[in-house]
Amino acid sequence: MTATLPPVYTKKDFQTDQEVRWCPGCGDYAILSAVQQVFPELGIPREKFVVVSGIGCSSRFPYYMNTFGFHTIHGRAPAVATGIKIARPDLEVWLATGDGDALSIGGNHTIHMLRRNVGIKVLLFNNKIYGLPTGQYSPTSEIGKKAKSTPYGSLDRPFNPLSLALGAEATFVARSVDVFLPQLKAVLKKAAAHKGSAFVEILQNCNIFNDGAWENLTERELRDDHTIAVEHGQPLVFGKAKDKGIRINGLELEVVTLGNGITEKDLIVHDERHPNPAYAFLLSRMDASPGFPTPLGVLRAVDAPIYEKQVGDQLAAVLAKKGKGDLTRLLRAGDTWEVR
Amino acid sequence: MATETTVAPPRRKETLDSAVIRFAGDSGDGMQITGSQFTNTTALFGNDIATFPDFPAEIRAPAGTLPGVSGFQIHFGAKDIFTPGDAVDVLIAMNPAALKMNLADLKKGGILVVNVDNFKETDLKKAQVAVSPLEDRSLEGYRLFPVELTKLTRAALKDLGLDAKSMDRCKNFFALGMCYWLYNRTLDATHRWLDEKFGSKPVLAEANKLAMKAGYAFCDATEAFQVSYEVPPAKLAPGVYRNLSGNTALAMGFVVAAQKAGLRLFQGSYPITPASDILHELSMYKEFGVITFQAEDEIAAITSAIGASYAGSLAITTTSGPGMALKGEALGLATMVELPLVVVDIQRGGPSTGLPTKTEQADLFQALFGRNSEAPVPVVAASTPGDCFWVALEASRIALKYMVPVILLSDGYLANGAEPWRIPDLSELPEIPVTFRTEPEGFRPYEREPHTLARPWAVPGTPGLEHRIGGLEKQDVTGNVNYEPLNHERMVQLRAQKVAGIVQDIPDVVAAGDPDGDLLIVGWGSTYGAITAALRAQRAAGRRIGHVHLRHLNPLPGNLGEVLKRYKRVLVPELNMGQLVWLLRARYLTDAVSYPKVQGKPFMQAELEAKIQSLLAEKRTT
Repeated sequence: MTATLPPVYTKKDFQTDQEVRWCPGCGDYAILSAVQQVFPELGIPREKFVVVSGIGCSSRFPYYMNTFGFHTIHGRAPAVATGIKIARPDLEVWLATGDGDALSIGGNHTIHMLRRNVGIKVLLFNNKIYGLPTGQYSPTSEIGKKAKSTPYGSLDRPFNPLSLALGAEATFVARSVDVFLPQLKAVLKKAAAHKGSAFVEILQNCNIFNDGAWENLTERELRDDHTIAVEHGQPLVFGKAKDKGIRINGLELEVVTLGNGITEKDLIVHDERHPNPAYAFLLSRMDASPGFPTPLGVLRAVDAPIYEKQVGDQLAAVLAKKGKGDLTRLLRAGDTWEVR
Repeated sequence: MATETTVAPPRRKETLDSAVIRFAGDSGDGMQITGSQFTNTTALFGNDIATFPDFPAEIRAPAGTLPGVSGFQIHFGAKDIFTPGDAVDVLIAMNPAALKMNLADLKKGGILVVNVDNFKETDLKKAQVAVSPLEDRSLEGYRLFPVELTKLTRAALKDLGLDAKSMDRCKNFFALGMCYWLYNRTLDATHRWLDEKFGSKPVLAEANKLAMKAGYAFCDATEAFQVSYEVPPAKLAPGVYRNLSGNTALAMGFVVAAQKAGLRLFQGSYPITPASDILHELSMYKEFGVITFQAEDEIAAITSAIGASYAGSLAITTTSGPGMALKGEALGLATMVELPLVVVDIQRGGPSTGLPTKTEQADLFQALFGRNSEAPVPVVAASTPGDCFWVALEASRIALKYMVPVILLSDGYLANGAEPWRIPDLSELPEIPVTFRTEPEGFRPYEREPHTLARPWAVPGTPGLEHRIGGLEKQDVTGNVNYEPLNHERMVQLRAQKVAGIVQDIPDVVAAGDPDGDLLIVGWGSTYGAITAALRAQRAAGRRIGHVHLRHLNPLPGNLGEVLKRYKRVLVPELNMGQLVWLLRARYLTDAVSYPKVQGKPFMQAELEAKIQSLLAEKRTT
């Protein structure tokens, strides 16, 4: 057998000739660029990539990726991608979706893909708004959101995408931000390496309908106090002066200031491999708690049986036991009789 | 009961050319198993058969009540059998509810076996019967055999050490044994089945065998039955046969289609009555590489199949009417991205949840038109349980050759009904050639094969063929997103032309019966048997009638318009409010007459004959 070297690609190899049609200033450009930078570094032949999407601004993504691409229908991309991955486990299936596509109309497919642990990399662009239908509140919009369909403010409690994914026992759950390029690329690479479903929420700015939705996290003077980058094996420290940390107290997390007898030893040491999804779930709940930072990075990355592999193993086991299927035997199964 | 040896009374054997039996009881009485066993034995004996399992949507309605009644009817003969039979020669009624619900279908003078142990006060009350029909003379005119089925079964099983409940569960086999005696059948096939079914619980196999033997011996020993019957084997075409139901036939058909195409079979489905058996069946065929994916809902069922098709599988999804409604948008996607797919609709009574276990043909319009905008889809329909096999192959062939989603219509009657099926030789199976695009040079995703207008199937993983598809309108040839007015119109036309062009690839219709004359009956789907039986009878009575049964409903066969003109009148019987007739009238401007029936039941031969007679007796004013 001759070893073939993996092909060498650059970002350009993953760009298409199609004019990118997102609004100028949209966060999607940065995400596209990050993905186009990461794919060449994965050592995977280009024809093995399939980028699948649903409907929404984010779902135009496949048109701009020079790979195999399938722009499907609203909410159903996880199911289409599941079919592709089961039929061809050798393909690298990536899914581009948004908060409306994945969590509203496609919520059911999203949770079932995650609970099965199908080997699909999910990029959920969360801008907390419906962009393509021109500005209605989304399932991640904050309560009281004034938007086109909610002039007096929205009433429904939002989903936290990470909590939802963890509730479905997703085996890889991470978060990044459109404008944090190095961190985003690092998370994408880890997602690429994960076997099973990899769920990545990317906080993304819609500068037309929900501009500044994440500015607390992205503005230079605010970001260090409002986010925490979780790193496997490292204590949960954050703040401009790296002087704050997260401690666990019973079933609750608390923010503590280092000093006055409190040291890093008192803080949680992040364990992305923690077998209990409740740990990562606790981290994901920090978003909704005043005074807590928003976690970024890989919250959970555990090994679990991979759906498409199990499908293949079951086929192989039956084949080994029964032998290759024989059409004559199939047609003549059960009682038969002959008419002369 | 005295056990002294009695001299068997002299018995007569009568020979019949056909007979109809119905087993009726509570849902928990095992009537479907009893009927299936009688069917299998009778098929093996060589009779032609048609069956009609009829059961409630409730899994176990309260025992003994009217909604809980489950029935299984079998028509078997020494001649060609086309329907399960209009009226019943022998009715087995396991309780008063079963008697009340089924007596109307028993022929006058017919044999009625009732389990008298289930005619106590409480049983009558559950069936909402004031006075026991065994006592109020309402059963006069039938040959009534009141049998202590429960007591006799318990007596037969007393040495096995089973509890009363387990013993009572064998009483259906006592009734089965009686029917085997009545029609001079052997117990062998059912013995084999019991051994297989209860391999790990031999005592249950033994109990059912003993109950069946006791039922057989009961008829032999008592003088009640003076006559037994023989129905000689039918003269079927030479070959090896098996008994086959529509859903099993579909499952086998798709396995064969995938093998002939050299593709993996992928089924994405969500459980729904009466289609679930296809999923159950295909999930067993892993040695053929068949992947069955039980999706989270009907939409994921079809969209996962679209994904598998994109990835190069022969992809199917199987459902019933409510599921079809949910699949509409995805069918539009498959139409737009031009990928092969077979969508199977096992129709049932509707709308909404409707009559889940009853049959209907009212999804024709949904199949033809149930999508947004201009989304033509080829539609094929099976006409008999065995035909389901061939239609599965035909639907797959069209889907793969034309890169198009195809809808296959069956219904509850075909799905659960069974008939003897001549097993084809492998050489009789059609080849289904499939080519994936592999050459990158000059590849354009929507460049069409000039004859079929099919676009290339360029499967992910193929070097140099990276391209994007999706639900947005495409530019002709390149497949790039395009919103230009004239391009859209051209693409709508191309998609329509591709489907319409399939007419070149399907056979002309040939009318059965008279090639011209007073009346043409046009049918589709499961009405085939009833129409054929009615046609034969009416032609034997001297009428000039033809019958066209449509397998292809979109496109319609090329010569259909011309055939319609050869007859003075056209009659279209359908188990809906008149959908095919609407289509024929619109398409061919023919003054076709509708004969609708929407009762959740198939046509009876007598109904069709009466309609034919009245139509031909009409004086036309035009």
